[in-house]
Amino acid sequence: MKDLYDSQREMRKLRKAAMQRGVIAILDVGTSKIACLVLRFDGAATEPQAEGIGSMAGQSSFRVIGAATTRSRGVRFGEVEAMGETERAIRTAVQAAQKMAQVRVDHVIACLSGARPRSYGLDGAVDIEDSMVSDGDIGRVLAACDVPDYGPDREVLHAHPVNFALDHRSGMSDPRGQIGQRLTTDLHMMTVDATALQNLYFCIKRCDLELAGIASSSYASALSTLVEDEQELGAACIDMGGGSTGISVFMKKHMIYADTVRMGGDHVTGDISMGLQVPLSTAERIKTFYGGVVATGMDDREKIEIGGDTGDWEHDRRTVSRAELIGIMRPRVEEILEEARMRLDAAGFEYLPSQKIVLTGGASQIPGLDGLAAKILGQQVRLGRPLRVKGLPQAATGPAFSSGVGLTLFAAHPQDEWWDFDVPVETYPARSLKRAVKWFKDNW
Amino acid sequence: MRPLAERRPRGSLKDPAPSKWRYRWQRWMLTPGIKAGLRIGTPLAVIGIVAAVWFSDADNRTALTARIDALKSEFQHRPEFLVTSLRIKGSDDRITADIERIVKIDFPISSFDLELEEMRRRVAALHSVQEARIKVADSGALEITVIPRVPVALWRTGDNLRLLDQNGIFTGALASRAERLDLPVIAGEGAGAHIEEALAIFARARPISDRVRGLARVGERRWDLVLDRGVRIMLPVENTMAAIDRVIALDAAQDVLERDVAVVDLRNANRPTIRMTNAAAVSYRRAGQTGAEE
Repeated sequence: MKDLYDSQREMRKLRKAAMQRGVIAILDVGTSKIACLVLRFDGAATEPQAEGIGSMAGQSSFRVIGAATTRSRGVRFGEVEAMGETERAIRTAVQAAQKMAQVRVDHVIACLSGARPRSYGLDGAVDIEDSMVSDGDIGRVLAACDVPDYGPDREVLHAHPVNFALDHRSGMSDPRGQIGQRLTTDLHMMTVDATALQNLYFCIKRCDLELAGIASSSYASALSTLVEDEQELGAACIDMGGGSTGISVFMKKHMIYADTVRMGGDHVTGDISMGLQVPLSTAERIKTFYGGVVATGMDDREKIEIGGDTGDWEHDRRTVSRAELIGIMRPRVEEILEEARMRLDAAGFEYLPSQKIVLTGGASQIPGLDGLAAKILGQQVRLGRPLRVKGLPQAATGPAFSSGVGLTLFAAHPQDEWWDFDVPVETYPARSLKRAVKWFKDNW
Repeated sequence: MRPLAERRPRGSLKDPAPSKWRYRWQRWMLTPGIKAGLRIGTPLAVIGIVAAVWFSDADNRTALTARIDALKSEFQHRPEFLVTSLRIKGSDDRITADIERIVKIDFPISSFDLELEEMRRRVAALHSVQEARIKVADSGALEITVIPRVPVALWRTGDNLRLLDQNGIFTGALASRAERLDLPVIAGEGAGAHIEEALAIFARARPISDRVRGLARVGERRWDLVLDRGVRIMLPVENTMAAIDRVIALDAAQDVLERDVAVVDLRNANRPTIRMTNAAAVSYRRAGQTGAEE
């Protein structure tokens, strides 16, 4: 159980080292693009102490000094498929970002969107030793969680203690120092395919970079797009990426569920390509320029030049009405949203007190998507953009960058995870010494 | 059928990714140490190389040193730094003449060319000078301030008369005693080294000072006080002052020194001895015989 988290602990240490050095890179390896942001940490955060301004989630402590995006290659469904291609794409992005930042980065925090995440809700209970909850008790109760058999080829990516309960009082975020007898905890654990994780790890390693942290992109994009009260009261973030659509449910500022639909904007492009008999690049261009999901009468009259370079005049001068294009796109978008709805239903999203749904990601920019999503997902749907961080270029503020921006918050202020607490003392030989001391104390 | 439209040139289809080594090279160049080294080191290296090439030519080197020398002398010979006259303070004519003989300067001269310390040492080395200070004073005068040695005694050695100061240091010579009648005379080998003792004896013998002619050092260990009429008072090595007091007391009580004595020998404190002059001894003997006959 312990050695499972050693790599995560190592990454936390590397993250600390990077913070000390002051420069860390963010790498969002997506299916359609790879984004790299270079952050500079300026020591202590200069918190604005004005009325009505909160802690800003620690984002005032860093500044984005380099940003670069490149077309992703060798990635499908958010998983690395061709290592060499992906490595080259990562190198392109990192080099451009470094050039903009004029500084060398050695540590990188990455996210991956695919790799078939699976969520588990765990709970553990333990009796308090000294009637006051200490750090060791937190570690013990986390270790007491009943870990399911999630399979040999899977790896734990996140393990957030979501809730603590002391005796009959529940809903505590930090029970340390409180008096009680029995401490119980709820833990959200997320596992992903070990091979996908390994592949990404090796791609980054081969770019001479050290992995200082890894997160699920659905978690990261929820961090940047959900506002504070949405995170507190309960909300779902649907990150519609190129190859996969990430879903994460937040409650009491903790992720309680995450999943991925293995469909995204690239599939819409593929449909257009097949339906209109055009190459993928043309289909992508047509989608971004003329795409939509709600047809109006006006769209019948709008003719779109499809183009082509076969030399056949009839073939190269084809036109298609926008209504036809919408007719191709809409079923696929509906399918994606319905799939997401199914996942949310399976997770019991309807039992949350607030059922806000936030759509983000590059594919959420399709015009009219909010109207369509409201029909499928319910009325509380909004389109989300990532929150603003210092120094982020205008080009990187769109919804396609929500997971990248979320990773910057993850880098600045990671939430406590299982591996941030000490291993319980029972496993150390120090335990016997402690017992001897206790025996002396009791008898003399 | 091949497309009629013009294809894109091959160059634009190039892989945008940097090669592995190019990527590494760029990262190496962005390493803070390398960056700073290049930013500072490159200009320094360029300057160093240019300077080295320029200096490797002997003509350049000589031209540079000549130019520096010219600038230096031009600066040093500005009128502000010129010394035009010599001013000597606190000395008498003889010492002034000596100093002028030693310090031979062709005025005007730049104050940078003056070896003040060397000059001061040479002036201070004069016998008659106890201390000398030299400075370049205002209005371009080289000012030498001298504290001359004050002679306190004369030391007769053979035919010479030497002037000695308080520390027994020779300050000058005299042709005749008459030039400095105010100074006491000492004589004898090694007398110059005990000038303080001699002065103390003279001071003690003040009641009979009108008769004192001088002090003679005997055997380099004790003094003879020489009075007029050839009277010698032989003083002991120890308790010299007490012996002088004794002589003065004897003189006051019995007018010993007024009598016809040649030597008052006080070397043995228990037994002061008086030696009469030959004439006195003869007349004394004669008087004794006469008295006996009577």
